[in-house]
Amino acid sequence: MSVTVLSGTKSGWHPIASSSDLVDRHVYQGQLFGYEFAVWRSDDGFVNIWENRCLHRGVRLSVGTNDGAELVCQYHGWRYANRTGGVTYIPAHPADANTHSSCARSYVAVERYGLIWTTLDSETSLADLEVLDVLDDGQAFPLRPIDLWVTSETTISHLERIEIGCPTLADSTKHSDLVLFVQPVDERRCVVRGVLSERPDDEAKIDVLRFYSAELGAVRDGIEKSAGVQAAPEPAAFKVHPAVEVSIGLSSATNRQAAVPVRVRRRWNTATDVVGFELEAVSGQLSTVKPGSHIDLHLPNALVRQYSVVNAPGELDAYTIGVKLDPTSTGGSSTLHGEVVVGDELLVSQPRNGFPLRRDAVHTLLIAGGIGLTPILAMAQALDHQGLPYELHHFVRSQNHIAFADRLEALGTNVTHHLALDPDETVTQLQRLISSYTDAKHLYVCGPAPMLTAARATASANEWPDHAVHFEYFANPTQQDQSSEFEIALARSAVTLPVRPGESILEVLKNAGISMASSCEQGVCGTCGVDLIEGEPDHQDVYLNDTEKRTGKRLMTCVSRAKSSRLVLDL
Amino acid sequence: MMQRCSDPVVLDMWHPVAATVELAAGVEYQTRLLGEPLSYAMSPQGLPQAWRGTQHQLPVMHAYGVLWTSLGSPPDELFEFDEFHEPDRHNVWAGSVGVHTSAPRAVENFLDMGHFPYVHTGYLGIEPHTEVKDYTVEIVNDGKEVLATGCEFFQPMGALNALGGMLMEYTYRVPHPYCSILYKSSPIDESRRDAIVIFGQAVDEENTRAHLVLSLLDDESNDRQIQAFQQLIFSQDKPILENQHPKRLPLDPAVETPIRSDKTSIAYRRWLSGLGLRYGVLPAVSDGR
Repeated sequence: MSVTVLSGTKSGWHPIASSSDLVDRHVYQGQLFGYEFAVWRSDDGFVNIWENRCLHRGVRLSVGTNDGAELVCQYHGWRYANRTGGVTYIPAHPADANTHSSCARSYVAVERYGLIWTTLDSETSLADLEVLDVLDDGQAFPLRPIDLWVTSETTISHLERIEIGCPTLADSTKHSDLVLFVQPVDERRCVVRGVLSERPDDEAKIDVLRFYSAELGAVRDGIEKSAGVQAAPEPAAFKVHPAVEVSIGLSSATNRQAAVPVRVRRRWNTATDVVGFELEAVSGQLSTVKPGSHIDLHLPNALVRQYSVVNAPGELDAYTIGVKLDPTSTGGSSTLHGEVVVGDELLVSQPRNGFPLRRDAVHTLLIAGGIGLTPILAMAQALDHQGLPYELHHFVRSQNHIAFADRLEALGTNVTHHLALDPDETVTQLQRLISSYTDAKHLYVCGPAPMLTAARATASANEWPDHAVHFEYFANPTQQDQSSEFEIALARSAVTLPVRPGESILEVLKNAGISMASSCEQGVCGTCGVDLIEGEPDHQDVYLNDTEKRTGKRLMTCVSRAKSSRLVLDL
Repeated sequence: MMQRCSDPVVLDMWHPVAATVELAAGVEYQTRLLGEPLSYAMSPQGLPQAWRGTQHQLPVMHAYGVLWTSLGSPPDELFEFDEFHEPDRHNVWAGSVGVHTSAPRAVENFLDMGHFPYVHTGYLGIEPHTEVKDYTVEIVNDGKEVLATGCEFFQPMGALNALGGMLMEYTYRVPHPYCSILYKSSPIDESRRDAIVIFGQAVDEENTRAHLVLSLLDDESNDRQIQAFQQLIFSQDKPILENQHPKRLPLDPAVETPIRSDKTSIAYRRWLSGLGLRYGVLPAVSDGR
């Protein structure tokens, strides 16, 4: 048997846990050079290594909850997404679900030889993690870690002189080589992680583990005796750093428009006339997506279309969208149906959320018509995941028209399909569903315009307050009037610009070199909204609700115009 | 071992060291304050005493059920807490609990409502009622106090004598850098408010003894029940506080990520910065000192 002693300092990569430490739904506390990490495996198998501190108030994330898809801080219930570390929900502000864009600081994780590896050096690439000739990933057998209250340097100098062997054990590890990795825990402690090059037979495993635990334990005792033991220092302070902004948020309008390349990983017919696409990142990690969000998809023919992201919490290996073939397609859905195949690369925007989900409802009523299911399904999955009470009513032409049937199936009896109802029957059914309002109930509706109009009218008739009724249109059904002429004054930049008939405020702003985020450009998605300081707006959008329109504090620059001669905008 | 305190702001403050009901007359007790050992006693005549070493006498005060002392030159008067003296009130010492964090971290936690559904589940909050609605924060009393009013939160069992869930209204006062008083609607008299107080003893920069005092309009619960309830609540906070890092309260707003509901804590941190207080905090780099 040969014994190799390795400390990762040369390559910058170090083991910080055994794979077996990452027990189902557990958060493991790892440490390297005094820095603490929260290490957890999501239900999809991904290993997350994060700075062990909630961004909000510095509570250890390792005392939080791994719910399989997100890590939930124990202090204020902040939810952090698998893979990105992005904050997906802050319970103290249920209505602000789309405004937070902070990320837990994450470190790269690699699983090899039955160990979890990371590096503090963001410049180090995976290629620097040495591949050892003596170890084969499939065969490698990690031993129980041995903690030493001695520096890694002292430990290494002792280990290099040891002889270890297993003469009495069964043949299974006779030819095995032993590699000892020394993990510097902090300035006074280290962990020795042994890995055998050959996996012992099942019946010999326990004996092998016991033998090496005893041998290495004796080595530890010897080293600690000769070197002396010192108390552990305080955990190292992480360098103070502002929370990482991930390209959404109004302050970074330019980033917002940046598109990232994705590859079609899967394409399938999920329902009659509906194709599902899974879009994975060409490189790196996709951004965090919250329920109700959409992405702009840039098509090969240069068109840009918005699609809601169907993803469930923690599902960030690919964006899933559903595309319905529109018989009157002007090149959007027809191109996706007709031309885009697995392996194709497209560009997508960062996810945006004009249809955010509150999670403080006593009961949430979700209503979807046809392909309007997509954002509603994402919401249902989030509520379901958190065990919050909800029901989803899906109005659809026939059984064959039900998209994402597998995802709906998983939601069980919370889902009801209403098949093949004519318009009158739909209205009757909506009146039955959207009955009397009680406090802390919320209604979310997405579907074709007539259905939305009926649902909103019913809610209004049954005295649902505007703040409890949330909706998303596919398209703006109102006839746009672009005939007015007025001027806009930009309060913060002290500029006044004329808006002529046929021009939108958004166009005028962009032409003036002002960076504005926009998406649908038809008053549906809410992306291009700005605050209004003075003036009477002519809204023309379907994004704001009636109360918001009446108060006149915000408008959508793509379609809104002025009834007064001048609007003062908070820009 | 923590260094001795050299912060003049903190040295000259009054500091709580014990609940006086705990003290047997004529018995000497030892504690630590600002990293230094000291002794205190209640004489058989009922006079409080505190001293360092064998005889160095320290200023003392007996107020609000607590023995106060100072390692510097304290002001003549302590902050006002008039409710404590109302004749029909039941003042209860609910315990003095050691917690391995700085006094400002303990006070800030006391000022926070957002954690109720997660840390005090089923008592002071419960999901899905997680929203912290807007409230008012101001600096009052000539800059000597932080005041937060109109703080509403849904509580399933906010007090021992609460009859089920109700929307509670809180007022928070921070009249001393390491002490806070909260007032909440009394379950038995809507026009008046119960008070719950944390008197923070800074044992050193990263260790605190929280002396908990209640001033209640309650006439039914006995002291033992009140203590048990308050200690249950504090026992839920303690492991969270001890897992907060850094232990000293960072006054630089960029170190942590405040949200709108943290208005009181933002005001508290700025107020501490403005006082020039440095003990138990990580001063903001930009404050120029």
